[in-house]
Order: sequence, then C-alpha cells, then structure tokens
Amino acid sequence: MSRTIQRSTRQVSRYVVLVAVAVVLIFPFYWAFISSVKPASEQAAYPPSFWPSSFEWSNYADAWNSQPFTRFFLNSVLVTTLSVLGVTFSSAVVAYGFARFEFRGKKALFTLLLATMIIPWDVLVVPLYMQYSFLGWINTYLPLIVPSYFGAPFYIFLLTQFLRTIPRDLEEAAMLDGAGHFRTFTSIFLPLMRPQLVLTAILHTIVVWNDFLGPLVFLNDTDLFTLPIGLSFFKSSQLIDTTSMLCISMVMVVPPLIAFFLGQRQILGNEAGSGLKG
Amino acid sequence: MRLSGRHRIVPYLFIAPWIVGFLAFTLFPATFSLWMSMFDWGIVGDRTFIGFDNYIRMFGDDTFYLAMSNTVRYALILVPLSVGLSLGLAVLLSRDVRGVGLFKTAFYLPTLLTGVALAIVWGWILADRGVLNFFIASLGGEPVRWLTDPGSAMWAMVLTTCFGQGAQMLIFLSALKNVPAELYEAATIDGAGPFRKFGRITLPMIGPAIVFNTIISIIAAFQQITVVLNLTGGGPDKATYFYSLFVYENAFRRGDLGYAASNAWIMLIAVLVLTLVFLRLSRRWSYYEV
Repeated sequence: MSRTIQRSTRQVSRYVVLVAVAVVLIFPFYWAFISSVKPASEQAAYPPSFWPSSFEWSNYADAWNSQPFTRFFLNSVLVTTLSVLGVTFSSAVVAYGFARFEFRGKKALFTLLLATMIIPWDVLVVPLYMQYSFLGWINTYLPLIVPSYFGAPFYIFLLTQFLRTIPRDLEEAAMLDGAGHFRTFTSIFLPLMRPQLVLTAILHTIVVWNDFLGPLVFLNDTDLFTLPIGLSFFKSSQLIDTTSMLCISMVMVVPPLIAFFLGQRQILGNEAGSGLKG
Repeated sequence: MRLSGRHRIVPYLFIAPWIVGFLAFTLFPATFSLWMSMFDWGIVGDRTFIGFDNYIRMFGDDTFYLAMSNTVRYALILVPLSVGLSLGLAVLLSRDVRGVGLFKTAFYLPTLLTGVALAIVWGWILADRGVLNFFIASLGGEPVRWLTDPGSAMWAMVLTTCFGQGAQMLIFLSALKNVPAELYEAATIDGAGPFRKFGRITLPMIGPAIVFNTIISIIAAFQQITVVLNLTGGGPDKATYFYSLFVYENAFRRGDLGYAASNAWIMLIAVLVLTLVFLRLSRRWSYYEV
C-alpha cells in the first residue's frame, strides 16, 4: 500500500518538474507572441499584463507593411528552397560514396571531412568574398546557394551513420538485376533514406532561413535582402516600435515551426535510425 | 562494396561533389587567408608582404585582448552551462512517462527561435522594465540592467543563447537510450543509489556524446556574432565585444584584410587548442578512447 503511494508521489513530482521546465522553456515564445498583439497603450505598461485586453491583429499588418517584408519573405523562401534541395541531395550522394564502398584513402578523406567542421567561418569569409567578387557573384544569391550543392560535412556524417546500418547484400542484389551504381543509389537507397533526408532538410531549413551573416556580407541591394537582414536593419533604424519587431520575429518562426511539425517524428528520434534492421 | 578494374573510379565519383566543394570553398580560401595574413592588405592600394607583423601587432592591440578574453569568458560560462542543462533536460525526458512525446516537443521548440529573432525577443524580455525584471522584483530581488550594465551584459548573452540547445538535448537523449539497462539492474542489486548510478554508469557511457556536444558548443561560442550584434551590439562599453565581432569589424568596417585574416587564424588555433585540451581531459572519464 505505502509502496504504491510512494510510487505515485514520485510520478506526480516527475510531472511537476516536467511541466515547470516546459513552462520556462516556452515562456519566451508566449511572451513575444502576447506582446506582439497587445494594443500600443498596453505595451509599455508596468507591471506588464500577461493577457492583452484586446488582440490587435492589425499590429501584424502595420509591421509587415512598414518595410518591403513581402519582398524579403519571398527572397528568403527562394534562397532557402534552393539551398535545402542542394544540400540534401548532394550530402546524400557523398554519404553513399563513403558508406557503401571500400576505396583507397577513404579513412583519411572521411577524417578530413569531419575535421573541416572545426574551421570557423571567420577564416574563410574574406577570401570567399574576394573569390565571389572575382566571379561576379557579389550581390547575387549564388554565394548563398552554390556551396550547398557540394554537400555539408555535418549532414554527410549524419547520413553516413545511417547508411552503414543497411545490410550489404542490398545493392548486390540490385546490381545483379542490371542496375548501374547511380540507379541503385537513386531507386533503392534514396527511398530508404527518406526519414534521414527529411531530417537533413528540416535542420538545414532552420539554419538557412535564419542565416544572417551570409546575406549580410554578400548582398548589398535592399531588394535582395532576406528576412533576417530586413529584420536586423529594421531594428537598427531606431524609429521602430518593439511591437512591430516582435510581430516580424513571430512571422520568422512560422516556417521553421511548420517544418518541425511536418518532420517531428524524424527530429525527435521516435523513428529515425530504425530505417531497416536485419 | 569493393570494386575492381575500371569501376574503381565509382566511389570517387560519388564523393566528388564534396571534394570539389572542399577544394573550392574550404581549402583554397583557408590557404589564401593564411597567405593574406602575412600581408598589409587593404581593400584598395598596395599589398605589402610583412611576414608575421600582423601576428606581432595583435600582441600590442588592446582590442584583441579584450575580444579574446570576452570570448573565452563567454565560452567558459556557456559551454558547461549549456551542456549541463541539455543533459539535465535529456535525463528528464529519458524516463518513459505518459505524454513524454509532448514534453519532448515543448523542450525542443525554443530551438526554432534563433538568430536575429532570438535577439529581438530576448532584448524585449531583458529590457530594464522588461518581464524578467518584473519577475525578479516580484520575488523581492533587485532589478538588473541586463543590457545597459557592462557587468551583466555577458549574462544576458549567456541566458539568451542558452535557450535553444534542443539539438544537444536530442543527442544526449539518444545516447541515454543506448545505455544497456542491465548495467543499471546490476548496480541496483549491488545497492547503488541514483546518484552513484549516474556518476558510475551514465556519465562514462554517454562520454562520447558529452565530448561531441562540448566541442560543438566551443566552436559555436567562438563564432557567436549574430545574437551579439543584434542584442547588445558588442556593448555596453564593449563588455560583450566578442572575437568574431573583432574579426568582422577589421575585415568589413576597417578594410584591414590582412590583419583580419591573422585574427581569424588565431581564432582557429584557439578553438583547436581548447578542443585538444578538452579531448585530453575527457580521456579520464569517458568510456571510449576518443
């Protein structure tokens, strides 16, 4: 009897802790959202109100129209889509090469691939700027998109880990059927990698969508700006009220949020890694 | 698959994209940057070879010391804190209670708010008359001038960037799931309590995940620029003037490209040294040889 009581107290205290932590972690979201829909008069009130007297959805329209945000939004969508497609496919190709073949220099090359993750962007950015400037790429989206088509070490590593778990007779069977190496990859392995590809695409979506430094360095024209740059410039103009900035910040979170909910199972690992066993 | 004859080229074709990308977007620029660091290299005008003068110049540059010590201090606070917190969150989630999926989602969500938007939201929370100070005051504390007092701006940065460690948390979670349950059962039979089990079984078993997360966060701490630019702008009074900001300003505001290149190389060396020192230390308690 006392044992069950002890167990259920432990159960309850566990939930209390989980709920408390969740509240703390979600609070910034809640606070930013609530503040973004408050009427102007309530915004600076102290003590702050935790529920607005009325929801001013027009704050969003005002914020959106105060700068060419539709333009920035579309630019961001374009850059993100092209970069995510490139990085996902190219990383899969490279990971397949590393995971499914034996070849000379493989270990050294893979170590090199992992080692490059430690090189800070700061080392590369100036020469890259000069390189792109020489190619005439400055003030275009090419510096933000083209490098994605050559695979990214972190995702290559992630996909390699998965591909190694697939039994090796699989491609041998396909090759007996007369399929070439590339066809074996596209028609058998790509579909198998679906969950991991979704994961890669989502992780990269969050990264590119929020990328600030790349567009800051490589773009000059306001017309080409992406959302993070637009939002940052908006902030430094000082004329703008906090409400508008919070509105745009909330809009910025929406696409990663959608991506997250679409790929929730892959991200939270309820399924990832289990692809094919035995 | 091992291939012979003319097919031996096939694996190289698959990894060719990365090799080309590595040469064009990493090896070439990195080498070029090392070369530039030996020059007095302005945006316009002559480029003069000056050997190691840029590196020597750093020894006499107060801003270099300031930026380096700020960044090291930031990393020393942030890295253990974020690794510890994300491990704590992962441990909380590793128990199979009903509805754990929902909590996983809740714990991961802050990760989606990053970069400029993160800085803006936290700028609002941390304002002098912001909601955090309201909470502090209602608990009877003194309000903190998070963003305007040089003494607390570093903590504002730590607090802001600590949120959104969801990726680290997930790495820990999957490592925790892989610890064999028999080990815990055996320890229970031997009469070990929860803390002893954590210290003697969990920590050594998830050692590689700790090492991985620590290295990733050291690199991230050193490269921190987006949030600092948009939250404090490096201020107040240069209290959060981080190393990446130093490199960025030398390169793109002052056009002192040679000097910026040497700054960046020192940063690479600092990250490398910290990583190697950490790897060395971790051998003592990590189960795997790293």
